[in-house]
Amino acid sequence: MKALAVESVWKYYGDYPALRNIAFDVEAGQCVALLGRNGAGKTTLLRILGGLSRPSKGGVRLFEREHSDRSSRALTGIIGHGIAVYDELSAYENLKLFAELYALENPHKAAMEWLERTALDRVKDSLVREFSRGMRQRLAVARAFLHHPKLLLLDEPFTSLDDRAIALLQSLLRDSLAEGGTVIMSTHQLREAMELASHVVLLNRGGMAHSGERTAEMLADTGWLYRNYGDA
Amino acid sequence: MTRFLRQMFTIAAKDLRSELRTKEAVNASLSFALVILLLFSFAFDPTSDMTREISGGLLWLVFAFAGVLVLNRSFARELNNDCLDALISSPVPGPALFLGKAIANYVLLLGIECVCLPIFGIFYNIHWTGQPAWLALVMLLGTWGMTVVGTVFSALTVNMRLRELMLPMLVYPIMIPCLMASMQLTTPLLASEPISGDMLAWVRLLVGFDIIFTALAVTLIDTVLVG
Repeated sequence: MKALAVESVWKYYGDYPALRNIAFDVEAGQCVALLGRNGAGKTTLLRILGGLSRPSKGGVRLFEREHSDRSSRALTGIIGHGIAVYDELSAYENLKLFAELYALENPHKAAMEWLERTALDRVKDSLVREFSRGMRQRLAVARAFLHHPKLLLLDEPFTSLDDRAIALLQSLLRDSLAEGGTVIMSTHQLREAMELASHVVLLNRGGMAHSGERTAEMLADTGWLYRNYGDA
Repeated sequence: MTRFLRQMFTIAAKDLRSELRTKEAVNASLSFALVILLLFSFAFDPTSDMTREISGGLLWLVFAFAGVLVLNRSFARELNNDCLDALISSPVPGPALFLGKAIANYVLLLGIECVCLPIFGIFYNIHWTGQPAWLALVMLLGTWGMTVVGTVFSALTVNMRLRELMLPMLVYPIMIPCLMASMQLTTPLLASEPISGDMLAWVRLLVGFDIIFTALAVTLIDTVLVG
């Protein structure tokens, strides 16, 4: 089953084409590393996939449904540049809020389960503004995984995470993939990306430079992809 | 429908809880309202007939100026930590998100108005309790009109650098029919005169304004948020 179909997507900012005719499919269970230099269009594409922005031309289908179908949003989890949790709410209130917004059956139970999994249960009633950076990042991870999404969209997920949060995220991503989940992540950390990825999409100045399986050459030499398909 | 209502009230409760903890918008709005009330009381003689004739206008100017401070924060508070992205990418329909925020703003504005009204009565020597039911109805209708317009424009200006300036510039012209009707109705009510005859047209205008702008906002909010 196709988890995602990107159909000739263009995105203009004024006259500038930030994305030019991007098209690829992702089967359920695949882990796609979305690569490219700064300004290649990775974040723009992820924002379109996450429903945060509309393509100027072309379209996106999630699990065979139109992207505008709100119910498909319940199947996706997003980790962007911000932690997307409220500083003035407690850790428990944040997770319960999102559990209610995702219409989970038992929001209290879901929140408590993820507070335990991220080792935040002891501070569940403390306000997020009092948390350390690492604790906030773990809460952000819990928020993204709370509703057991089938498709995870991660924008540079390992950047600015501490060791504990990186280990937690990697473990959750592996669990999700093992259960048939689909992951699309943009990153500059090629080593971590290649180890996890089954497929690779390389963007170059808004266009698609390469799309295909992650090969042994890419894993052995992380610069191989850029030398062969990227801009010199 | 039940899920829609639950998500809407979840958003409203979240906004109210956030505001009651930080008191950012409420403190600024209340202080501002009290300062304007005080300054206006120096400008106008509280015993003169002229002051009574413009009392409705004065009161709604205070509500409108102070209200924009609350409305400005409505979507701006979602910018911290990119929380707005988390809400937009969630399965919550745009209209539920909008109405949840509008309800929270409505409660906050009505609360501020309820504090300002007795102070206004003291400063301007006005017995505002003569027609309490009508006055409450006008405040409920007028405040909903202000809230709907302000909330949708708060979403529209959320990513602008000068949003604190842009929001009042955009919303006040659109609020004119709502403010005019509220002012016209409030002046006789503050003199303990009932609403009847031709004055009922202003009530109909308020109801119409509320219905039209609520429908427009609910229809357009997805476009406003996602583009």
